[in-house]
Amino acid sequence: MEENGDRTFWEYLTYVSENHSPLDFVLIWDHIDRFLWGTVLTLEITFLALLLGGMLSIPLAIARAYKHPWLNSPIWCFTYFFRGTPLLVQTYLIYYGLAQFDAVRESFLWDPILSSAWWCALIAFTLNTAAYTTEFLRGSIETTPQGEIEAARACGMSPGIAMRRIILPNAFRRALPAYSNEVIFMLHSSVVLSTITLQDILGAGRWLNGRYYLAYEGFITAMVFYMILVFLISRGFKWWEKHWLAHLRQREAEPESGSGKVAV
Amino acid sequence: MDTVWEYRNLLFEGTLVTIQLAFGSLLLAIVFGLVGAMAKLSNSRLLQNTAGAYTTLIRGVPDLVLMMLLFYGGQQLLNDLGGVTGWWDYIEINQFTAGVFSIGFVFGAYMTETFRGAILAIPRGQIEAGIACGMTPATIFRRVTWPQMVRFALPSFTNNWLVLVKATALVSVIGLHDLVWNAATAGRSTREPFTFMFAVLVIYLIITAVSDVGLRWLERKYSAGVRRV
Repeated sequence: MEENGDRTFWEYLTYVSENHSPLDFVLIWDHIDRFLWGTVLTLEITFLALLLGGMLSIPLAIARAYKHPWLNSPIWCFTYFFRGTPLLVQTYLIYYGLAQFDAVRESFLWDPILSSAWWCALIAFTLNTAAYTTEFLRGSIETTPQGEIEAARACGMSPGIAMRRIILPNAFRRALPAYSNEVIFMLHSSVVLSTITLQDILGAGRWLNGRYYLAYEGFITAMVFYMILVFLISRGFKWWEKHWLAHLRQREAEPESGSGKVAV
Repeated sequence: MDTVWEYRNLLFEGTLVTIQLAFGSLLLAIVFGLVGAMAKLSNSRLLQNTAGAYTTLIRGVPDLVLMMLLFYGGQQLLNDLGGVTGWWDYIEINQFTAGVFSIGFVFGAYMTETFRGAILAIPRGQIEAGIACGMTPATIFRRVTWPQMVRFALPSFTNNWLVLVKATALVSVIGLHDLVWNAATAGRSTREPFTFMFAVLVIYLIITAVSDVGLRWLERKYSAGVRRV
């Protein structure tokens, strides 16, 4: 330790971090770019899947809510299948499974899309979130107060316009709390990406641990990254709910002086 | 289809492992959930905050990350501890244990919220009435709180259980020879991955469908005293 004076502060920090700290912070910092790219991939696939799945779920939910004669039962089968099975296996089915069929491997879709892990994950995630979103959106369409529909009719709106202006906007509002859970659930499920060779946040953590033969650093860093993302997302939804659901919020009662806790 | 039939024993063994894993984690999750709910409803600030940190942590972290941390990191931690204190020799955490503990720990947090909500839904007057009748806290729990708590908790419990069953698939990633792992192996050696993965999906559907029916029956049983509108 005699040459301590010659070292720069950074070298000293590296030394402490490697030898005396429970986690090698400097090593994590050196590879933080991997985690940032992982974050980009995780968010990219999660949000693209949520967007596409959300768009897909709107017509499906309407068809389910109005019990369309031929569409209702196939859509029910679709949602039951995707909600009743693990996303991991659905992703394996598409990524590893489809190659079994020569017809798929020879089709024009194979080269750019179905042979790439990124696209397969996106397809699996989109179908999965579409199934969940369809079901709770159906629920909130079905609970539209009858009076709102009657009022729309009385104003001379056609069923299509009533759907667009009255039923759907209010159904979205009522579905918002359930949707915030779905978004966080999708973010949690996105760890499946790292199992099909993609470098998401967990993928970066697994890479770091594998490369340097570590037990904690990569996973703990990944954990912190996921926690920050979940925190930001739930903050965002709280803000959004405040905006969209402002008219549904209970008015905050003025606490009476001296009464202590207000009974709920 | 023929190949799946040929490998039926492998798939069956895998299914058994998956079911054992699911039930083991469920038991642990119920224990964690009850303890967590008690802590959240207790008067101690420390217990409330600990339980609050627990549920917030779990809501923020995906289950596979915790599972890997426990499987790789937990092993190292235990052995480092053993080395420092000399209390035990080399310990190996196997995949099954890591799976049960991480899934149980994760779903314990969800169960905490389920049980807390269910206990809060019981009218306070009933517990006061129990005290007035001279029941001990344990008797009140057994006769008043528990039967009604189960009734209020069941819908959310059913939901948690269905999510838990699906979460067991992740344990194949750390190498447990469960249904998914066995089917993936069979799929690779027969070059029919789609067939085997589809079989896995069907088996999971059967498990969820059966538990759905079972839990509905339980729901009817526990709400025997409730008047339906």
